[in-house]
Amino acid sequence: MTSLVLLEFNASGIKQPSRSAVAAAITLGEVHVMVAGVDLGEAAARAAKIPGVSKVLVAENSALDHAMAEPIAALLLTLAPGYSHLFAATTAVGKNVMPRVAALLDVQPISDIAAVVDADTFVRPIYAGNAMATVKSTDAKKVITVRAASFDPVAADGGNATIENLTVGDMPTLSRFVSAELSKSERPELTAARVVISGGRGMQNGENFKLIEPIADKLGAAVGASRAAVDAGFVPNEFQVGQTGKIVAPELYVAVGISGAIQHLAGMKDSKVIVAINKDEEAPIFQVADYGLVADLFTALPELAAELERS
Amino acid sequence: MKIIVPVKRVVDYNVKVRVKADSSGIDTAGVKMSMNPFDEIAIEEAVRLKEKGIASEIIAVSMGVAQCAETIRTALAMGADRGILIESDADLQPLAVAKMLKVLVEQENPQLVILGKQAIDDDMSATGQMLAALLGWSQGTFASKLNIEGDGLTVTREVDGGLETVSLRLPSIVTTDLRLNEPRYASLPNIMKARKKPIANMKPGDLGVDVTPRLTVIKVEEPPKRKAGQKVGSVAELVSKLRTEAKVI
Ligand SMILES: Cc1cc2nc3c(=O)[nH]c(=O)nc-3n(C[C@H](O)[C@H](O)[C@H](O)COP(=O)(O)OP(=O)(O)OC[C@H]3O[C@@H](n4cnc5c(N)ncnc54)[C@H](O)[C@@H]3O)c2cc1C
Ligand SMILES: Nc1ncnc2c1ncn2[C@@H]1O[C@H](COP(=O)(O)O)[C@@H](O)[C@H]1O
Repeated sequence: MTSLVLLEFNASGIKQPSRSAVAAAITLGEVHVMVAGVDLGEAAARAAKIPGVSKVLVAENSALDHAMAEPIAALLLTLAPGYSHLFAATTAVGKNVMPRVAALLDVQPISDIAAVVDADTFVRPIYAGNAMATVKSTDAKKVITVRAASFDPVAADGGNATIENLTVGDMPTLSRFVSAELSKSERPELTAARVVISGGRGMQNGENFKLIEPIADKLGAAVGASRAAVDAGFVPNEFQVGQTGKIVAPELYVAVGISGAIQHLAGMKDSKVIVAINKDEEAPIFQVADYGLVADLFTALPELAAELERS
Repeated sequence: MKIIVPVKRVVDYNVKVRVKADSSGIDTAGVKMSMNPFDEIAIEEAVRLKEKGIASEIIAVSMGVAQCAETIRTALAMGADRGILIESDADLQPLAVAKMLKVLVEQENPQLVILGKQAIDDDMSATGQMLAALLGWSQGTFASKLNIEGDGLTVTREVDGGLETVSLRLPSIVTTDLRLNEPRYASLPNIMKARKKPIANMKPGDLGVDVTPRLTVIKVEEPPKRKAGQKVGSVAELVSKLRTEAKVI
């Protein structure tokens, strides 16, 4: 039984959610990984260093750049016969590509698994994580996306896999990448950060998110937000934490001016320690917070920044 | 152009669901059901395309129990022209739904199918991508902007690092993200008008699709509950507890 994991990478290496997907795959046996796109030398070398990986498949072709779903799915379809399981992280790329592959294979995908029971059986959250379903697949091959927050990523270094270059044939040209507006931030990625501080509607506007910055700087935190804060335009869409945004499980999650709707809790309730700052002591966020501070955020945030600065 | 919009009947997003005592699933008895919120966004987008003169007809499709007809009525009241109900008491998983949609697409010949990016009950986020695969069509998932120009379509997608724009050849599949639009409420006159719009009724067998679930649900359980925490009196106390008690800073 061998699994193939689709990896995502950037200039700083193989992305952490992909290494969580490798962690899930390793529980089932041998693991191969694939990198696809252009200029893959560095990515392939990094992938080969992931402990527990025995082979890196390198698919170099301009049609595969930007992880477009149509060509990547077509490629995975050709590789599928050699594997019992195909994995990717539950990211924008994984969610876009894997169901497409599954349909081509006549397989029902198993989305966003939080645990592996055995080769056919997996646990996945449903209803915004308000229930955990254990499901057994009757398909011969499994196509799976992995909830990164539920699997500790394997290390980035220590392995020594062989590298194999694939010959990539003609690719579908149904779609074309036009442009990307990606936020450039010095901060850690939301899904990889040890500390996350999120602001909600209570922040009132985008300018006020500046109050969070010195605290995030001090704690090395990523900044997140509720849907309400994103919809109101305070911060960009990629900040959204929740059922339909990003799922995070940091050591410390600080929710500021967030009420704690089911859909928000779905994205952060597996954090190790949760702090809530809200002026309404009845706010549902306090039901999941380890430490609750009933306070006006406009006084609490500057105080918090000062307090952290002091020591 | 014709547009098909699949609309799923789900437990309303405001309901805190409860797991059944025998761990067989979710207790839906007497629980409020609504159209999947992402599908409202899909209908809204289709209606706007019709108002712009780009779409000629909008067909709302729902698959599941007989009451899915109510979900279709809601879509008709928002501006869809007619409905198709595929009635079944089976657990319809995305592969089966996509296969049935494929047959309907072949019968109806739309240029565009707009689905929700995710059903908020099963949280699969799979059906649109699967339909695109089965049809061999392009896909623009998690769309926050959509522009039709000639025989192509430009879609701005919400991705992990921000936004991405792709250009797609029609016919195409689009799945909606939250910020694509804000769905309208159906007005009373439109709700009245919707009563007269036709809904065709079919069964999975009529489409020749085997809907046997590929995933068997072994059990459904409550997630681990968080222990009730403590209130702190000041920022200083908070910081001190995070340092010495929780040891996370
Ligand atoms: C299909 C669907 C998907 C969704 N997906 C998500 C998702 O992924 N993520 C998500 O977050 N939401 C999601 N939502 C939205 C969710 O239901 C809530 O509407 C949203 O989380 C509310 O955001 P909020 O807590 O910032 O705003 P509100 O609920 O308005 O809460 C604002 C809070 O700020 C507090 N406050 C105000 N002023 C101050 C002050 N000066 N000092 C301190 N506290 C203050 C208030 O007491 C209040 O508790 C989704 C909804 C739907 C229908
Ligand atoms: N039973 C169904 N009836 C109609 N549409 C559905 C059904 N199941 C899924 N869909 C569509 O597929 C989208 C994604 O669902 P899912 O893949 O289950 O998360 C939904 O937002 C709907 O547009």
